[in-house]
Amino acid sequence: MQNKKEVKNKYLNLFLSTFKLSAFTFGGGFVIVPLMKKRFVDELGWIDEQEMLDLIAISQSSPGPIAVNASILVGYRVAGVPGALVTVFGTVLPPLIIISIVSLFYQAFRDNPLVSIAMKGLLCGVTAVIFDVVIKLASQVLKKKRLLYAAIMLLSFAAVRFLGINIVIVILLCIAAGAADTLLKKKASGEDKK
Amino acid sequence: MILLELFWSFFQIGLFSVGGGYAAVPLIQNQVVDVHPWLTMGQFADIMTIAEMTPGPVTLNAATFVGIRIAGIPGALIATFGSIIPSCIIVTTLAWAYYKYRGLSLMQGILASLRPAVVAMIASAGFSLFTMAVYGQRHLPPDILSADPVALILIAAGFFVLRKWKHGPILVMGCCGAAALLIYSIL
Repeated sequence: MQNKKEVKNKYLNLFLSTFKLSAFTFGGGFVIVPLMKKRFVDELGWIDEQEMLDLIAISQSSPGPIAVNASILVGYRVAGVPGALVTVFGTVLPPLIIISIVSLFYQAFRDNPLVSIAMKGLLCGVTAVIFDVVIKLASQVLKKKRLLYAAIMLLSFAAVRFLGINIVIVILLCIAAGAADTLLKKKASGEDKK
Repeated sequence: MILLELFWSFFQIGLFSVGGGYAAVPLIQNQVVDVHPWLTMGQFADIMTIAEMTPGPVTLNAATFVGIRIAGIPGALIATFGSIIPSCIIVTTLAWAYYKYRGLSLMQGILASLRPAVVAMIASAGFSLFTMAVYGQRHLPPDILSADPVALILIAAGFFVLRKWKHGPILVMGCCGAAALLIYSIL
């Protein structure tokens, strides 16, 4: 049995850990998740390594921001639904505070000609970063060597970029294709066994 | 009503962005530039830049920024809330299912065919940002040669450095910003 003080400490620790991770991590989910592993597996020892890998896979493949998903999973694992609420709160608070302050100064900031030149340079940097991400992700897709995935990638690009089809429709079609593909594969392997 | 629209827009962004912050970029663009007249493409490009430069998940940064511009602090809270609600529901359910069943093949199959589409959408959003940086507009102009050579060079250099030395994105972006200041003040 845990006494009240320990329980309270656990929530406080969950909140502070996720708050700090969110406040000081640049670069979003792919950066924050390894740091979460370091904190909760290596430092606190609350979750074992293999389990953490599974949780990371779930967080990366679920909808929504990866950092939010990962914090929900960690909070849920450590202290159930109340734990998840505490960690979500810890993750969401820093961007709310930081961006609110930034947006106060945005207009004055943006009207400054030097700032707008710097922003233009930064935009070039963001573009390069996104292209780099695209190349990495696309090569992972192509490595799977499945025609279906390559076709989905090309068709989706054409649909979104050139035909102006709504992204949500594309996503729903891909979900249908993935479900059909899995069910067909299952059926095929089932027949093999017979 | 504007709060309800904000909530619904960011709810959809949260629900349909699978695979992290970059996957949310095209969805955010779709909702706040195309579906609703909340931001111009130029402001959207600014937000993406700010969201990348500040800590925290890109979606949450964008939610706060758009929300505060449209409806002040309540807007920021509502947009943030909207963007995490789908996560809260779906991930908690999956966590429960994971600890109960450990591994769901249908889910994995769906995700495997969703990933290539996500890559395509990120590429499309990257293309919008590219034309924004090089031509100052979302689409390729009829006159392709009207490109800003400085922007082209910065993008190419940034891309090369990222590919070759795997530097952090923040460092590369910062250098691009500094280089732009330097080059334009000389020209």
